[in-house]
Amino acid sequence: MTPRPGFVLEVDGSTPPTLLWNGEGFVLERLPEGTRVIYPPEPLPPLADPVAAIRDALEHPVGGTPPLRALLRPGMRLTICFDDVSLPLPPMRAPDVRQMVIEQVLDLAAAAGVDDVVLIAALALHRRMTEAELRHALGDRIYEAFAPHGLLTQHDAEDPDNLIDLGRTAEGEEVEINRRAAESDLIVYVNICLVAMDGGHKSVATGLASYRSLRHHHNPTTMRHSRSFMDAPSSELHSSNWRMGRHIAASGVKVFQIETTLNTDTFPSQFAFLQRREWEWSLRDRAAYAASAAALDAVPKRIARQIFHAIEAPHQMTSVQAGEVEAVHELALEHIWRQQGVAVEGQTDILTMGLPYICPYNVHSVMNPILVACLGLGYFFNLYRGKPLVRQGGVVIMRHPTRAEFDPAYHPSYIDFYEQVLTETTDPIEMHKLYEESFATDPWYIHLYRTGHAYHGVHPFYMWYWCAHALEHLGRVIVVGGDTKAVRRMGFSPASTLADALELARDVVGPSPTITHLHVPPLLMADVR
Amino acid sequence: MGIAERLAGRRFFVTGGTGFLGTALIERILRTIPDAPVFVLVRPTRRAGAQARVEREILRNDCFARLRAELGDRFDEEVARRVTGVAGDVTIDGLGLDDAGEEALATADVVIHSAATVSFDAPLDQAVEINLLGPSRVARAVVRASAAHGSDPAHLIAVSTAYVAGAHQGETEERLLSEDRFNLAVDWAAEVASARRRRDEVEDASRQPSQLREFARRAHAEQGASGTHLLAARAERIREEWVRSQLVEAGSARAKALGWPDVYAFTKALGERALVAQHGPDGQAPVPLTIVRPSIIESALAEPRPGWIRGFRMAEPIILSFARGLLREFPGVPEGIIDVIPVDMVVATLIAVASQGPQDVPVVYHVASGVRNPLAYGELLRLIQEWFGRRPLYDDRGQPISLPQWTFPGRGRVQRQLRQATRLMSLAEQGLQMVPFRRKQAEWAAKLEDRHSMVERARGYAELYGAYTETEARYRIDRLLELYESLDPQDQRTFCFDPAVIDWSQYVSEVHLPSVVERGRVRTTPGRSVGPDRQSRLRSAVLSSERHLAVFDLEHTLVASNVVDSYAWLASRHLPANRRVALVADLLASAPRWLSLDRRDRGDFLRFFYRRYEGAPVDQIAEDAWDLFHQYLLARCFPAGIARVRHHRRLGHRTLLITGALDLVVAPLRPLFDDVVCARMSERDGTFTGHLTELSPTGEARALLLDRSARQHGLSLSESVAYADSVSDLAMLEAVGFPVAVNPDSRLAAIARRRGWLVEHWSRAAGGTDQLLPLAGLEHRSITTRNRSPR
Repeated sequence: MTPRPGFVLEVDGSTPPTLLWNGEGFVLERLPEGTRVIYPPEPLPPLADPVAAIRDALEHPVGGTPPLRALLRPGMRLTICFDDVSLPLPPMRAPDVRQMVIEQVLDLAAAAGVDDVVLIAALALHRRMTEAELRHALGDRIYEAFAPHGLLTQHDAEDPDNLIDLGRTAEGEEVEINRRAAESDLIVYVNICLVAMDGGHKSVATGLASYRSLRHHHNPTTMRHSRSFMDAPSSELHSSNWRMGRHIAASGVKVFQIETTLNTDTFPSQFAFLQRREWEWSLRDRAAYAASAAALDAVPKRIARQIFHAIEAPHQMTSVQAGEVEAVHELALEHIWRQQGVAVEGQTDILTMGLPYICPYNVHSVMNPILVACLGLGYFFNLYRGKPLVRQGGVVIMRHPTRAEFDPAYHPSYIDFYEQVLTETTDPIEMHKLYEESFATDPWYIHLYRTGHAYHGVHPFYMWYWCAHALEHLGRVIVVGGDTKAVRRMGFSPASTLADALELARDVVGPSPTITHLHVPPLLMADVR
Repeated sequence: MGIAERLAGRRFFVTGGTGFLGTALIERILRTIPDAPVFVLVRPTRRAGAQARVEREILRNDCFARLRAELGDRFDEEVARRVTGVAGDVTIDGLGLDDAGEEALATADVVIHSAATVSFDAPLDQAVEINLLGPSRVARAVVRASAAHGSDPAHLIAVSTAYVAGAHQGETEERLLSEDRFNLAVDWAAEVASARRRRDEVEDASRQPSQLREFARRAHAEQGASGTHLLAARAERIREEWVRSQLVEAGSARAKALGWPDVYAFTKALGERALVAQHGPDGQAPVPLTIVRPSIIESALAEPRPGWIRGFRMAEPIILSFARGLLREFPGVPEGIIDVIPVDMVVATLIAVASQGPQDVPVVYHVASGVRNPLAYGELLRLIQEWFGRRPLYDDRGQPISLPQWTFPGRGRVQRQLRQATRLMSLAEQGLQMVPFRRKQAEWAAKLEDRHSMVERARGYAELYGAYTETEARYRIDRLLELYESLDPQDQRTFCFDPAVIDWSQYVSEVHLPSVVERGRVRTTPGRSVGPDRQSRLRSAVLSSERHLAVFDLEHTLVASNVVDSYAWLASRHLPANRRVALVADLLASAPRWLSLDRRDRGDFLRFFYRRYEGAPVDQIAEDAWDLFHQYLLARCFPAGIARVRHHRRLGHRTLLITGALDLVVAPLRPLFDDVVCARMSERDGTFTGHLTELSPTGEARALLLDRSARQHGLSLSESVAYADSVSDLAMLEAVGFPVAVNPDSRLAAIARRRGWLVEHWSRAAGGTDQLLPLAGLEHRSITTRNRSPR
């Protein structure tokens, strides 16, 4: 049976309640009649033999690049860079694609007699990965072979000795990236394209960059001009990365890009109901829903969090392509669109969404209020091509408990951002002007970023900038079921029920609004016409 | 000739000028008697001489606001010309006067002796020295000074109290005690000797080993391991309090045994007798003498302004306790007369008596309202109740406090009830102090203690003042009225002391109660207070740019952790699962022993505990300590605490960490602090020896270290801030100008509350990983490929 494409349902009297994510839990909501619900396409069938596909991609690169085998020679410096723990979501069941790809790359390197090989986790200003996470992404064999010898490293955007200044782009953007990578004879970049924003020149130009370089595109102005940042031609974030990527290539840095795409098989069988359409739920799905909901109610928050963060996705590879960065990325994007694209007719007054327990920045930890905003207004709001799903001046209603809970080890600067910045302003431009630099250059945050697992001091600002387009576009943001104080602190309106939220929204968009519900995850990309 | 003309230019010599009555008297003389100089006998203290005390404690009182307004710029000049402080002390024979003082006394026309300890629960010996011996010492000093200067002795007006008559029923005439057949002729000299002996005995008894042990035990219970010196200081204070309480009890018992309500009335009575006993058998006095006996002096009816009062007198605390709902019952008979007299009437009487000059024999004046214009106790309560019914006080949540209905039970029952409440509260308090509570519970404990002391006070009032509400004595004022009638009508208006003019309802509602409430610092508005509260004011003082050093304790101040769980984490890091269980079991089993050792001496505990590190590989521990920090300690830190350290740094303050933790363990915290004082362990062949080369100071040694460090950097401790969580850091907290108690345990919470320190409640981040046991190796939290720490 071929997987069915995405689907836009119009809610009527016979529609069963719709499942909404609600942080570490979910609820069933009866949406008003006439609401459109956008469902993602069903998972595409995976590659039958992923290892053979990888070998084939390495042997037959695109964009005029010779086979990887031909680029490898004894005595060369080879650096293999890979995407960090923020991809994919949830973390995928072993073996991870990174492991599968890098094993093939290393086999070729060994065969060619390359012995100067270093692995770098391309984490930009994200937190450093833990041993368990690295073992999971790379497999024990690679880990044991590289880590004890110091050959498995994590990019350190604050290590002046291991950064290199490659000059400026034509637009004056400073390009500063990892020195070991830049001074290698070849960079092999192993990526996972989970959403359309991932991959391409962004892999190296962002993943291996320093704050000095990143600030040229990670800022409110760029983000306001990225409509959406998931749609390359309309994304200023994309354009800036492409300028930098081309500048890096022009500087003589050789990148052999390997991009993989995954299907949307996101949840394991016990949570299969999460990716089924409610009216098609089997008896088993209903039982599983009832059992999970009851269990989550019964256990402490801490246990609920552990249950969710233990989820490993049965994602499988739908494509792998290698070679020249731009040509590779073109192909990868086609696969992403084929899996995630859903055609939607026209915009809506009100967009509703349930936010899950995870976003790219809280793997294995708590989703704090700033990440809640970022997931809803940064990621989900931007899952569009053409026009935003919600009209200018419209309303987004998100469902999430939004507790003022922060992980002090992973998100220390978020705590101070929440207490010191959001209490003063929620305007991205203003906070950029007044506060960004002091957080970005704060020695304590840098210390925690470099020696521990902390996100860089500036990271909460980036999360807020991610929302900049939505904040400018929307008439109001309402959070259902959130902690009132936290919701207000972010400049949003709290509501205790969806009905109350819709009532509040009517004050903004008029008495008989159109409502659209975004039924994610699994993820989709709305092609709004 | 009016009073002002008669007294113009006369020289006054006043004792007790810093008191309620004395202040009003000096003000009245300055304002109404032209050109009369006033010499004020004041006991110089270590901090201030007599003149300085006169200026600070008398002239700056709001009593002089009216005179300041009337004189304008001339006030200072006028006061400098007329008021002179005379150094002296009524508890010393001869008053300890210097030559200038002698001269002032010798040339005085009128000496008004109003110095007394008016406290109803003064220690016996103190009351004897001041109240009993004071008046005759003054009289002898006058005689001696005038003889030496060849001048006539001044007219001595001794202020006594109507209650010298004792607790007997019926009317009391204005006559000397020796003429009163109800008054016991007690041998005052024998009482003096006995009181002095009693003092020595109690002092000796307080130094008995068993007593000293008890004082030390109580100090320790209050302050725990705060250090030898501080504990000794506290124990000594407890001893002094004990001595005092013994002497208070002795005084009270002796007074009651002889028929006086309390030690005040008792010693005042004997003081009158001692004074009169200096007369010759013919009744001829060596000094011309008049005795003025006011009843209960309360706020001014009109002069210098209605409602003026100084200090809290007898009725005010009772009234406020009542309005706060604390005093549910108070003894008294509703028909009983409560004899209150406004202070300005007493002052007017003294001036009128002075202007009239001495009689041939000593005479007595009562200044009391009970016969001429009686105020029934029940009526007073009704007025108070009505007033607070209209203007209730508010509790700290901003809710009005409802007033209890008094039922006028007997004194015994009230005292029983209050004693019971006190006992219950101290039981609850002891219970709370035994458990090492932190945070909110500790606050409750401190609040309970506050409440306890309020009830304790209420009980005290009932005991002390109960007699005054039950007394059925009436003080006749025939002589006073005679004096009043002799005044010309102008003086009757200016120096009014006829109690008949008092409209009690108006006096209570419009004069006295508003004044009491205004001075009582109680909440008179509903709702939560607006504007910065006390805590945020303290916080902004702590975070002012004028501070320059901030010192932090680590455990439970910045991190919810201690040396034991850090050790458990490090020790379990490389252990297989089954050995971990054994380690935890072992640690748990030893916990009680460590706790008791820690309570006795923190230094000993640390030295003993750190032996466990013997043989541990240094490099491995150094490496693992980073994981300990990022995986365990950081998750248990108080983000607000870390933010506070950083805030101090932003303000340019030096930051200092003092902790008993190992240097390796605190290494990751280094970037937060300019200096770190911690424990270090010696090494041999790459392993730890288990012996410390250096132990961070504990207890009061921390204060010394802090002092040294501050001086080294040219900083002053009075401009420094210290953060700590337990009484063992009391010395450090006391050493700085801005102490901050962080998540204090109940003992520190009580101390912080009493001393008005800033208290911070910092909690762990809600989203941190929650490990039940301090064991390493949570799957997703271990690090590898560490970047070297930037130093």
